[in-house]
Parts: sequence; C-alpha cells; structure tokens
Amino acid sequence: MDRINRPRKYLIHLLLILGAVIMVGPFLWMILTSLKTVGEAAQVPPKIFPSILQWSNYVEVFESFPFAGFYWNTFITTVAKTVGQLFLCSLAAYAFARIKFPGRNFFFVLYLSVLMIPPQAFLIPQYQIIANLGLLNTLTALVLPGLFSAFGTFLLRQFFMTLPDELEEAAKIDGCNHFQIYWKIMLPLAKPGLVALAIFTIIWSWNDFLWPLIVNSSPDKMPLSAGLASLQGQYSTNYPILMAGTFLASWPLILIFMFFQKSFVEGIAMSGKKG
Amino acid sequence: MESRKKPHKAKEKLNNDTFWGYLFIAPTLLGLLIFYIFPLFQTFFYSFTNWGDFGNYSWSGLENYKAMLDNPKIWQSFRNTLIYAFVMVPLSIAVSILVAVLLNQKIKGLTVYRTLYFLPVVTMPAAIGMIWKWLYNSDYGIINQVLAWFSVNGPDWLTDPNWVLISIIVVGTWSVIGTNMIILLSGLQGIPKSLYEAASMDGAGVTYSFFRITLPLLSPTVFFVAVISFISAFQVFDFIFMMVSPTNPAIDNAQSVIYLFYHYAFVIGDKGLAAAISFVLFAIILVLTIIQFRLQKRWVHYD
Repeated sequence: MDRINRPRKYLIHLLLILGAVIMVGPFLWMILTSLKTVGEAAQVPPKIFPSILQWSNYVEVFESFPFAGFYWNTFITTVAKTVGQLFLCSLAAYAFARIKFPGRNFFFVLYLSVLMIPPQAFLIPQYQIIANLGLLNTLTALVLPGLFSAFGTFLLRQFFMTLPDELEEAAKIDGCNHFQIYWKIMLPLAKPGLVALAIFTIIWSWNDFLWPLIVNSSPDKMPLSAGLASLQGQYSTNYPILMAGTFLASWPLILIFMFFQKSFVEGIAMSGKKG
Repeated sequence: MESRKKPHKAKEKLNNDTFWGYLFIAPTLLGLLIFYIFPLFQTFFYSFTNWGDFGNYSWSGLENYKAMLDNPKIWQSFRNTLIYAFVMVPLSIAVSILVAVLLNQKIKGLTVYRTLYFLPVVTMPAAIGMIWKWLYNSDYGIINQVLAWFSVNGPDWLTDPNWVLISIIVVGTWSVIGTNMIILLSGLQGIPKSLYEAASMDGAGVTYSFFRITLPLLSPTVFFVAVISFISAFQVFDFIFMMVSPTNPAIDNAQSVIYLFYHYAFVIGDKGLAAAISFVLFAIILVLTIIQFRLQKRWVHYD
C-alpha cells in the first residue's frame, strides 16, 4: 500500500483510540468499581480512583458464594466439551471428507440441517432427557448435549477436504486402516483446524448461559455464568461486589486470549473463509 | 482367475469403507439424533399440546398458535427482536467495516488495537450485561455522570420504555464488533493491492477507492457476516436477562423472543406455548435467511 501522509495517519490513530476507549472503558470501569467502597461507587460527581483499594470485595464474593466451585465447574466442563468435541467431530469429519460410504451425502445434509436450526428449538426436550436420566444439577448435564456438534464436524470436514490425497494413498498401500490414517496422518495435519474448533468450543462453553441456567439451579454445580446471575440476585445494587464477581468470572478467558491471540484471530477468520 | 478376483477385492474394500465410515460418524450421529434431531420433532409436537401442572400434556391443536396471536406481550417480544436485529446488524456491520478498513492501513500499534477491540468477544455475555447495567445506572452510572458534565440530563437507560431497546442495541453492537472486524479484516487482506495502486495512478481518491474497489470486493465477506449476525441477533438473550429483570417497568419493551421463551418454558412451565414460540422464531429466521440468499445477487460480487 502506498505511503500514508502524516495528517491522515494522525486522524486514523485518533479514530482508533476513540474506539479503543469505548471498547475498553467499560472493563476499566468494572475493575475500578470492584475496588471501591459502596459509598465511593455512588459518589456524584464520580470518583475515578478508590482512596483505598478494597480487596475485601473480592474476599466477600468468595465467602458468600462458592466461587471456587464455580471455577472448577466451568473449567472441567469446558475441558470435557472441548476434548470430546475435538475427538468426536474430527472422527466424523474424516469420514465425511475422506471415506466413501453409502448414505454419506444424506447424513452430511442431516448434520448441516442441525447447524441451521436455532438451538432453542431443542431446549425443552433436551431438558426433559436430562431430567429423566436424573442428571439435573450434575456436571454431566452441563457437558452432555454440547459434546455433539454439527458445527464442529462441518468446520473440520471443510478443513480435511483441503488436505492433499498423496499421504493417505501411501499409507493405504502400506496397509494402514482408516483409523490409523486418521490418527497418524490426518490429525497432525489438521492442527490449525483443530485449534480453531478448540477456540470456538472454549469460548462458547465458558460463556454458555441459558443451558446451565435451566439444568443446574444448585449453586455447587453452577458454572461462573449462572453463578453471576445468582450473585446479582443477592447483591442487586451493591455494584462493587457485583463488579468484583464479574471480573472474577471473565478474567481467565481474557488471559487465555492474550496468550493465544494469533490462534484466536486466525480461528475466527478461518470460519469466515470456510463458511 | 484374474477377472474373478478383482470385483471381489473391490467389493471387500467397499464394505471396509462402509464399516469405517459408519463407525466414525456413529458417536456424533447418535448424539445428534438423541439431543438435537429427535428433540426438534418433539418440540414441534409439543407446540400442539397443552401443559398441566405436573408435566402432563394433552393435544390441543392450534391453541398455542392462537394464544400467541392474542398475546400482546408475545407480539411485542417479536417486535423488539425484529427491531433489535434490523438496527443492530446494519449498525454493527457499518462500524466493523470502518474499524477493519482503519486497521488495514500501515500504521503502528495494529496488534494492540486489534486486541482491545476483540476483548468483548471473549467476555461472557452475562458479564457484559452486568458491566453495562452499572454503566447505564441512572443515578450513579458513568454514562449519565459524563452527560451531566455537558449539562445533559441522561435518561433512565434501562427502565424507561422509550430508551431500553436502544440501550440494548448499543450493548449488542459493542459486543459483536470484534468478531465482525476480524472476519472483515481477513476479507480486506484478500483484495489485491495492485487494484488500489492502479486506481490511485488514475487519480482516484480514498472515497472513490472505498466505494468502487473495497466495498464490491468485500461484499461476499459482508454477506457472510450479515447472515451469521442476523441468525444470532434473533436469539439474543443473555445480556438482556442480566440487564433487565422481570420486575423492570420497561420489561415489555425490552424482552426478546428467547427471554419470553425461557419465561414460558422454564419459569411458568407452559412448554406448549414456549414450543410454539420457538417454532415461529425458527420460521422467521429461516425465511429471512432465504431472503438474504435470494437478494445477494443484487449486491454481492463473486469474482
């Protein structure tokens, strides 16, 4: 691209900084509020910085709510869903992309149709299945329906389609079966696709709200998202406490994003191209 | 000998492939059948049933659909959701294109900007709702405090029926800009630089290049973003649930279809009516998506 002249460069920075303030300001205000007393938070005109950092707000969140448990529940269900989806979706994706079997197109269209239906249309029966199995208020309830993903299968299938045939041919001549080809050749090659799916699943699982709200009403089996809703129920207007809880619920994913930024951005961009 | 062996081998390989193919898709297929495909038909069936107090239900024909038509709250929730989608999607796409174009320049600090703009995408919608509820607070919220510096008396953002939907649209837009920007940016990077060079040699200005080169060549990406954004906009729930409680005086002007669906299905227990609501929403999303695909010929350039 041609060189940009100086005033134009300043204008671009000005606009981008203005935008950045709007995007990040709410987070900064959350953190500042979480360290104030209730009195400071409600001061008019506003007091930007707390005079003494009120770490006790964080202590109170942990003492009055099983926040450590919320973390564990969120973490373990996110790991289970991500690992499960990566394995199950990549198996199905390999079959759809690389194996010729009767009914393949029919089943692929069936998967695609699941992809196009808004998830609320499944919710009532899903809830009933979980209730009938006696799984309400368990971590299994949080994981179960989310293990099976038409989206994940589709994303990985598109990725497998782009890989060259030659390696596979060689392996077939060497007498490898499909599982060996899938495990030893395809999976290592599909790493960018798997990373993209892992990122989508982690974001979606960590932030999932409606499903946990429905199936797990007992606080010791709640993830962070639903825990945040019950925190609001108790401290309806105590904003320093609410902001401390909000920060506690959202920092881990933000931190993971900071570390794996490149993969996040590439994963999202890839879904755009493949779609 | 040779001719007898060949088809036999081919058949064996075919069976082999069939075996592996079905084995590989079996786990997801079973899961999708049990948790998604069968439930879809069940929801459709439930939409024609009437639910009693103890989870018993009986066939009631089109009663639920009639009840929907007679229920002004349900009408209103569809109206709210349609307004939300039709304002939020174009607005967020316009802002995202602007941000993506700015980030596609050769300037310093691109990664920093990109990171900052992306933050809301990795923040849980429940947390976003909580943060904005505080920003919008009519007495102590920072927004009204800043407005007060300019002697503007800010409204009750979340409890005034005239403002609540606008407030929700702002939050919705704010939270999707990051995702859209990344997808659009990757679309922008696919546009050959030589086109811009040729245009500037012909003396074309920035605006001309934007409308004659950038927008047409970006249109397939914009189309993809629009389709995805509309589908998710129609399912908006999480942050509205956090910002607007059922006792909020502006609830009727704020609740989305899914908010009401949740209320009927899991708070009141009228699963028949809830099922009907979810199917009408499904139908609306389907029709709008088909319309978008039909209209794409008019403005999307695929070459």
